[in-house]
Amino acid sequence: MTDPTRGFPDRSSLPGFFGPAYPLGSNPSFADLLRAASSGPEPSPSSAGQKDPAVQPHQIAHGTTILALKFADGVVMAGDRRAVEGFTIADERIDKVFPADETSAVAIAGAAGQATEIVRLFQTELEHYEKVEGDRLSVEGKANRLAQMIRQNFPMALQGLVVVPLFAGFDERRGEGRLFRYDATGGRWEETDFHATGSGALSARSTLKKRFRTGMDRSGAVRTAVEALYDASQEDVATGGPNPLRGIFPTVKTITVDGVVAVPDEELRGAFESVLQETQEPPRPQGGSQPRGRPVKREDDKARG
Amino acid sequence: MSFQPYVPPEQLTKDRSEYARKGISRGRSVVAVEYQDGILFLAENPSATLHKISEIYDRIAFAGVGRYSEFEDLRIAGVRLADLRGYAYGREDVTAKTIANAYAQALSTIFTQQMKPYEVEILVGQVGDRPEENGLFHILFDGSVTDEQGCVAMGGQSEALSTRVREAYRDGLSQAEAVQIAVRGLSEVEERPVEAINVEAAVLDRTRGRRKFRRLTDQDIAGILPA
Repeated sequence: MTDPTRGFPDRSSLPGFFGPAYPLGSNPSFADLLRAASSGPEPSPSSAGQKDPAVQPHQIAHGTTILALKFADGVVMAGDRRAVEGFTIADERIDKVFPADETSAVAIAGAAGQATEIVRLFQTELEHYEKVEGDRLSVEGKANRLAQMIRQNFPMALQGLVVVPLFAGFDERRGEGRLFRYDATGGRWEETDFHATGSGALSARSTLKKRFRTGMDRSGAVRTAVEALYDASQEDVATGGPNPLRGIFPTVKTITVDGVVAVPDEELRGAFESVLQETQEPPRPQGGSQPRGRPVKREDDKARG
Repeated sequence: MSFQPYVPPEQLTKDRSEYARKGISRGRSVVAVEYQDGILFLAENPSATLHKISEIYDRIAFAGVGRYSEFEDLRIAGVRLADLRGYAYGREDVTAKTIANAYAQALSTIFTQQMKPYEVEILVGQVGDRPEENGLFHILFDGSVTDEQGCVAMGGQSEALSTRVREAYRDGLSQAEAVQIAVRGLSEVEERPVEAINVEAAVLDRTRGRRKFRRLTDQDIAGILPA
């Protein structure tokens, strides 16, 4: 069929195969293909759900704190392991950091169901592009594509199903790791040093701010990530802390020229223990309200006793 | 409204087959050889970017001969089908059989209903966890499919090439031996040496991770072929 407005015949559809219309050549986007293949427009949540939402956002699993920071060889990306439904812990071992392809990773905070689906679509999108075009997308291209996907989720975000990712990739052309953050509207900003999002982001970010040094080595960056997540877990109920007894440690991945590599639990245990050692305080008399986690000299203890 | 004169279906099929065969025989050949760890696809292709052999899905590869634009259309349609299936169901539910059937239907529709048949022959290969689970489907321009085992050649001088490769073929070849057999077959049929730099080769290697497809680089091939 030739569409007169396009000027070129649409030769993308073979009999029996789906193909999205495209002005010229083949559209390498899997998301567009999926839309073309699904019959009719997807059920829009904005029409029915707005006045009388059947599902309250707080009944849905939400992932919480994620962060990423650059180091000498690339980017370290980390997330805690907790998902919450309102005030209930939904999951203590959820993963929030995913490899997007061989050289990039995406971490997601927000509505867990939406988030994992967006990640799956994004992974397929990148692989589909690579196969159709024969080349990988640039890091910039991947980051933009993710922004468009988050933007498409905006109607859901208005109803409380917010999805906020971080994206990190190793830019082979520049020979360095790059880091991008997003907001619910699909806004995209490149970060030069570090970023954290999610419910515990505030305290994670202040730790990162204190500890971050340009050109850190890998072990320093991993330790900083673990410390920031630990601090977030001390201040935010929705962020899960490391639990060495049950073997729960945050997900930490490095994105370097060697690809996306998960940091093993043993190394994370070591990093966590060194964080604890540094912040350990001597036992003190119980009672009274104190700021958590920082040793405070209590002169008045003696006076009272 | 114009009336078309009656053409008997035998005549129509014969004409179109001849046309397609002529187109295909002008092109170069592709050969596929099963070896110990997977399946090798190899072709003589002076272009380093216009591939005859490509990846379709985790375990599935595609090879085409004939008119580039036509088998490229088929390749992209195959990638789309595979990715849609894998996304809607599960990654292991995408099989070479599904894709080969879809190709067969598309090519047969084109052959009977369009002005001109596609001048292509394609191979769809899938590597299994064990050698007996491999699948190799050869699809012709009219949509006929054959399930091949061991080795298969298609394109310009497919018959001669097929005979030569089959003579040298045995079970449990190493990757290097498979490359040597394929290149030797091509050189003998073409009656001139095929240079490593003009060889396009890729493997579906079952020892790899999720994506089994890997292109062999010029260095890989130069290292395998006797100088």
